[in-house]
Amino acid sequence: MSTTIQTPLPTLTAKDFATDQEVRWCPGCGDYSILAQVQKIMPGIGVPKENIVIISGIGCSSRFPYYMNTYGMHSIHGRATAIASGLKATRPELSVWIVTGDGDSLSIGGNHTIHLLRRNFDVNILMFNNQIYGLTKGQYSPTSEENKVTKSTPFGSIDHPFNPLALAMGADASFVGRSMDRDPKHLQYMLTRSHQHKGSSFLEIYQNCNIFNDGAFEIFTEKSTKPEETLFLEHGKPLVFGASQNKGIRLDGLKPVVVELGENYTADDLWIHDERDFFKGQMLVRLFDDPNKAGLHYPRPFGVFFETDRPCYEDVMAMQLEEAIALKGKGDLDKLLRGREVWEIAG
Amino acid sequence: MSRKEELLQDVVIKFAGDSGDGMQLTGQQFTNNTALLGIDLATFPDFPAEIRAPIGTVPGVSGFQLRFSSDRVFTPGDLCDILVAMNAAALKVNLKSIKPGGKIIANIDGFDNKNLRLANYPDGVNPLEDGSLDGFEVTKVDVTKLTREALKEFTDLGTKERDRAKNMFVLGLIYWMYNRKLDNTIDFLTEKFGKKDTILRSNIKVLQAGYNYGDTTEAFTTRYKVEKARMAPGTYRSIMGNQALAMGLVAAGERSGLPIFLGTYPITPASDILHELSRHKSFGIRTFQAEDEIAGISSAIGASYGGHLGVTTTSGPGMALKTEAMGLAVMLEIPLLIVNIQRGGPSTGLPTKTEQSDLLQAYYGRNGECPMPVISASTPSDCFDAAYEAARIAVQHMTPVILLSDGYIANGAEPWKFPKAEDLKPIEVTFKEGLSEDEPKFMPYKRDEKLVRPWAVPGTPGLEHRIGGLEKQDVTGNVSYDQDNHQHMVKTRQAKVDKIADYIPLQTLDSGPEKGKVLLLGWGSTYGSIKSAALELQAEGLEVSHAHIRYLRPFPRNLGEILRNFDKVLIPEINNGQLIKIIRDEFFVDAKGYNKIMGVPITKGELVSAVKQMLEER
Ligand code: SF4
Repeated sequence: MSTTIQTPLPTLTAKDFATDQEVRWCPGCGDYSILAQVQKIMPGIGVPKENIVIISGIGCSSRFPYYMNTYGMHSIHGRATAIASGLKATRPELSVWIVTGDGDSLSIGGNHTIHLLRRNFDVNILMFNNQIYGLTKGQYSPTSEENKVTKSTPFGSIDHPFNPLALAMGADASFVGRSMDRDPKHLQYMLTRSHQHKGSSFLEIYQNCNIFNDGAFEIFTEKSTKPEETLFLEHGKPLVFGASQNKGIRLDGLKPVVVELGENYTADDLWIHDERDFFKGQMLVRLFDDPNKAGLHYPRPFGVFFETDRPCYEDVMAMQLEEAIALKGKGDLDKLLRGREVWEIAG
Repeated sequence: MSRKEELLQDVVIKFAGDSGDGMQLTGQQFTNNTALLGIDLATFPDFPAEIRAPIGTVPGVSGFQLRFSSDRVFTPGDLCDILVAMNAAALKVNLKSIKPGGKIIANIDGFDNKNLRLANYPDGVNPLEDGSLDGFEVTKVDVTKLTREALKEFTDLGTKERDRAKNMFVLGLIYWMYNRKLDNTIDFLTEKFGKKDTILRSNIKVLQAGYNYGDTTEAFTTRYKVEKARMAPGTYRSIMGNQALAMGLVAAGERSGLPIFLGTYPITPASDILHELSRHKSFGIRTFQAEDEIAGISSAIGASYGGHLGVTTTSGPGMALKTEAMGLAVMLEIPLLIVNIQRGGPSTGLPTKTEQSDLLQAYYGRNGECPMPVISASTPSDCFDAAYEAARIAVQHMTPVILLSDGYIANGAEPWKFPKAEDLKPIEVTFKEGLSEDEPKFMPYKRDEKLVRPWAVPGTPGLEHRIGGLEKQDVTGNVSYDQDNHQHMVKTRQAKVDKIADYIPLQTLDSGPEKGKVLLLGWGSTYGSIKSAALELQAEGLEVSHAHIRYLRPFPRNLGEILRNFDKVLIPEINNGQLIKIIRDEFFVDAKGYNKIMGVPITKGELVSAVKQMLEER
């Protein structure tokens, strides 16, 4: 017989969320930073450790649960979302985190991802996007840029890549955001926001795979290019970027245009970010040009693109059960077995 | 006018018509009416794969066969005594399944030139006119005309709507013929059409018109009666297989205290389990219609991980899609119930026809060494017990369990002496609640005497741990690629499943002597046919016995012993020989197969001849 040991509610630190398992990612992998930021925010989210569950699929990122001292499941390729759906449907009080990659969530598990988003389970999807298949040693992924030369595409890939956030918006995700491994503060903020959102949070995290796709996001993460190439979204604030905050994005009718601030335009002329504006959110996720290609070029936005409130699947499911019980009383097995019409055979 | 009244012991009737003619409903109504009189029965609904195949054609024929008797019945019967044919195609499809001298009631309107052409009869040939049915007793009734006449005063109904009540005319007529009351059908119609008064009244009117037609026409000289069957005393109801299976799950949930979660994707012929369970929310049952078969089983795994009883239901092709997730459940060693209502395969195969061809898939159809208990249901009401037992094994042995049923028993009906809730043995479940004093750290893969690991669910303080599909180190559950550990774990997972044999009943003989010449060994839905054949052969004084296996993996400990008590073993299956492979492999028995792969059940008659032939050899 086991006896329960009552643990007082201690103040935990990031260390309490680390396990005794040796971390097996390649040295320099962006996953380390993401792990560190997740461990950092966990003590502060107000959820007891035992109520946190991390479910992953297959891929480098999906090793994540082994390194988190919470409940966790390292499942099968693409299905973490579906497993998490069943868990959340039955145990709504748990804080469920899905750790997945671009291949896991957008290729083999694409179907489950969009269906989870439309159902709006209150879970957090952390999608580590490294634009490559790392675990299988370097084939292109559904987010790799066109014409990418990899082991499986020696003449360049023919696939057109997914725009993950546009896909999430298309599936009616109730929280859509982007962050990066190389900006710990922003990542911590975005992780916390994802947690705080009631509903499915889709957080894309740019993650450098220094072995098979090194520098994929360099222009967004390196000091020299970051200010010009990234746009950090803040609710209620104008879309400003640039080394000296001298540029902005203005809406010319329905078209976003990059403008210089100063003579012709001031911050007042700019697009004001509204996380709750669905239509603007739809446009924001489309600021997604390939910086190496000619044509219209925008900085890449980071932050919360869109957030809305909509009923969560597990809550409505629980409500239906409660309503059924309120209406008919708790199920009576004998009544069910008997059905409506019976007959007697005398002895 | 006065009529003869004849007492019959056993009747097989088949209602056949176009799939839009309402034959299933007619058959079900007659079934309920029969059951409520305490007459024993078995049914066999047989419908086309197409929801609405072209009207009047052979592929569009839908049939409902019902056998009822004052004696016990175990099958819906090999051949019918009476066929109701609503059109020419229905006659064509069923002609070879009428007994010589049997009755045919033909709806003349369904034999006009158009219908004859649609049924592909050659020009100018009408089987009702050309003497080809002389070996039968044919009664022609103009159902369409009589129905329209009965509804003369229903001026607000169009012809199409009037004609839709045709099946009620037939039902009324058959009720008259077998001396029945109309009450249960009137109640049914009232519930169904209560809000549509005209439709309700018109249906009742036609039902009565059919009954009165029997009374007034001179075409029928005899009414028949079948007495109550001599069944064990008790309270009975009528039950269909999928319905019983769903109730078995509800019961398992109630008696284990575990809430049921069904993660599934609609597929014929399994969907009715979802339909049934989705109605029982007041039992705390959650049903989740997932985006695909894989999400169905994956969500059920998530639910079981959370401490509920995860269930997924499917049929053959869906089973194929679920295999990877089944492997995960085997690695995680958590309870899970996978229900496969088998149908004709491979691929999409014969969606509405029955087959037992997924046994080897259930046994072996996964990557790696991936053993899983397999349980089968043998009759419609047995689906209840099989589901209950499968759930018990899953939670008490921390393992996914496959439950095999098939289209034949899923849709078939029979009387059921249903149990009382309190008579169902409670299913004991233990969750690990925390660490004991001598446990410094939680060991998720530490096993008990059954080789079963603890069920520790999220939300339990102090038991935070990680599980997954990578090979586990025994005891700690940590990822391990160690070669000795892998060998040990493969053997342990197998031993754990094998050990279940200590916790299931021994195999018994269903009928016949303990030792003898031939053992008929079956599993699943062939039960009724094998039983009937065995009883007939035994009545002729032949040394034939019947054993029917519920526990297919692991087998009951004494199965080998039983096999060795017989000179010969015959294994009838609706497949190309699957159980036989496993039996030969495990017991080195030179068993013979009787294999019918036509999408329909094996008949008693063909089994009787097969056994006799076997007895004659040498
Ligand atoms: S292969 Fe790439 S993504 Fe995978 S661990 Fe190594 S660096 Fe990280």
